[in-house]
Amino acid sequence: MSAGHTLKDLKPGERGRIVRLDRRGALGQRMADMGLIPGSVVEVKRIAPLGDPLEVQVRGYRLSLRKAEAAGVQVERMPP
Amino acid sequence: MSRPLVVALAGNPNSGKTSLFNALTGARQHVGNYPGVTVEKREGRCRHGVREITFVDLPGAYSLTAYSPEELAARHFLIEERPDVVVDVVDASNLERNLYLAVQLMELGAPLVLAFNMSDRARARGIEFDLARLSELLGVPIIQTVGHQGRGLRELLESIAAVADHPARRPPRRFEYDAELNDAVDALERRLAERADLARRYNARWLALKLLENDAEAQKLANEPAILEEVRRRAREIERIRGMPPEQVIADHRYGFISGACQEAVHATTEIRHTMSDTIDSIVTHRALGLPIFLGLMYAVFLLTFTLGEPPMAWIERGVEALGARVNGFWPAGSASPLRSLLVDGIIAGVGGVLVFLPNILLLFLAIAFLEDTGYMARAAFLMDRLMHKIGLHGKSFIPMLIGFGCTVPGIMATRVLETRRDRLTTMLVLPLMSCGARLPIYMLIIPAFFPERWRAPILWIIYLVGIGLAIGLARLLRATVFRGESMPFVMELPPYHMPTWRGMLRHMWMRGGLYIRKAGTLILGISIVMWALTSYPKLDRFPDGLSGAARQAEGLAHTAAGRIGQAIEPVLRPLGFDWRIGTAMIGAFAAKEVFVAQLGIVYSVGSDEENVEPLREALARHYTPLTGFCIMLFMLIAMPCMATFAVVGRESGSWKWAVLQSGSLTILAYVITGLVYQGGRLLGIGL
Repeated sequence: MSAGHTLKDLKPGERGRIVRLDRRGALGQRMADMGLIPGSVVEVKRIAPLGDPLEVQVRGYRLSLRKAEAAGVQVERMPP
Repeated sequence: MSRPLVVALAGNPNSGKTSLFNALTGARQHVGNYPGVTVEKREGRCRHGVREITFVDLPGAYSLTAYSPEELAARHFLIEERPDVVVDVVDASNLERNLYLAVQLMELGAPLVLAFNMSDRARARGIEFDLARLSELLGVPIIQTVGHQGRGLRELLESIAAVADHPARRPPRRFEYDAELNDAVDALERRLAERADLARRYNARWLALKLLENDAEAQKLANEPAILEEVRRRAREIERIRGMPPEQVIADHRYGFISGACQEAVHATTEIRHTMSDTIDSIVTHRALGLPIFLGLMYAVFLLTFTLGEPPMAWIERGVEALGARVNGFWPAGSASPLRSLLVDGIIAGVGGVLVFLPNILLLFLAIAFLEDTGYMARAAFLMDRLMHKIGLHGKSFIPMLIGFGCTVPGIMATRVLETRRDRLTTMLVLPLMSCGARLPIYMLIIPAFFPERWRAPILWIIYLVGIGLAIGLARLLRATVFRGESMPFVMELPPYHMPTWRGMLRHMWMRGGLYIRKAGTLILGISIVMWALTSYPKLDRFPDGLSGAARQAEGLAHTAAGRIGQAIEPVLRPLGFDWRIGTAMIGAFAAKEVFVAQLGIVYSVGSDEENVEPLREALARHYTPLTGFCIMLFMLIAMPCMATFAVVGRESGSWKWAVLQSGSLTILAYVITGLVYQGGRLLGIGL
């Protein structure tokens, strides 16, 4: 359990609990609407072949987001 | 009690909303636009007992924010039109996120019925529901449906009728929040309820919530400095205590409420979610295999659209020719009757010009429907986003751009796969730079006329690459100027894979194809008649003696409006190395790019025989330098797209402004670039 990580730092297969969402405005609202809010558990499933975006599992479904957006989601790593 | 009802169908994208809508309304559908925006509005009718019900299929939405035109259109409809009942179509296999919209509809106080769609799929995944309990917890009736099989429709209609007849039985639910948020919502609700102008139309509590979410539309409605100041003060207070802005606190509450309800009424018996989809994804989005599979599929789409489209296109062309010949037969041979010419060369040829695109458009939309309905389209965007984002476009822009190499018109229609207006417009505006198939005959005429064998392939490549390079540059420029602002978030659902039905795909195909005929077809026909007039009138009655047929044709064309315009603009074209003959042919090419070749053939009195362009090549090589030849290709690549493109852009962008802007700026760009190349080439002595 270490703090100071963002969703962008997680590797495929790793899970984390969201502690903070650092995005405002349209993007922040959209991310919160899609379930990326403090308390949600996210798991990185894979990274696109070109290195961006990510595919994550959150609240029982699959979501794709860019690394730039994932960098705004602070997580604490969870044990596998 | 049998007044006609208006029922709105709301739901997340991929919730099966559209197939439920189709099952409810069958063929009795109508497609229009929401006022002021280019979001498709679909309506359909259905009869339940003696009652007439109008269903409105709202655009798919995850939320009711004011950020996307689709969500805003849905929200406006719900608030301004106040439908009698709102049916929220919920994908039961993805319950939590789907219920998020349902909670917002409850906040709005909408008379709600939940359609639990695809519950068969949820069960297959080992999810068990206690629907009675869930319905009690949420406070709304829940009906199970399987849209594409038409199951549960009768129960749904009965529930709709019951809610419509007894709206008072279910008062709007009052959500309670934590202390700070509750205080803020209560205080704002009181202030807003005092406003007579708002209280009549809006749910004050909902408006208070939206103000705290920093919603721009709500701020415009409230429009009172004192209220907005209180909103800001409360928002700061909430953020200080909760450590996150109000919109996140509100989202947290909604999800909290949903989680609580689901914990009581939903049980996952086994953990087998996404297994099948995961297996497919591990192949199609694989590090090494993902891109080759994607490119292979794109190649298949291209092949299907254009190769399979060729025979029906040939039938249409032959049919139009046969019809023209029949009508021709009503007049004596060689008749110069203007009515004959109008009918055969103007109207019949114009209708042919509209219909000839139809096979491509239908096949393309069939392929797109397959990609969308299976869920692969989202993966295509996932794979290509990195590349396309660098260019300033969306991952999904790849498909319209690719189709543009075949034909710009279906390419522009294909921008419908893009969700945001900004992405759609950027893609649409740069799309004509993808060198389309109709420009190929021009290159095929020019390149062998001026360039030796070993240079031919590289020159063709250069032309295509110039187009791609310009499209990238222009897209980036548009993003930095006209469409400036925060880049559109790429927070996109990757829905589970799904077996599409033929019925669903064919319906998609017909609807979009029909839209092309109705919206763009009439306009293309109109312009082609104008083009016919420009290249036919005024007529030259008396020809100088001793002229052959081909020479007469050339004289005749020079005398027409197109020929005169060509001559008039010659001074303007000279810096590009063009004379009036090329100018005249270019005017004709507005009808369709490949017409350039035939027109040039006429101007050079070598006839317009498409099969044998060798005499024309010889004429060109005598008159022009290779540099001019290259410049012709460059100009035809960049300048003014054809009239069909113009018409489709006008219709699809929702404003003629964009079509005019596109044609104008592309022509200016073509002029500048071609001018620079020609003058530069002359200075350096290249290609003279």
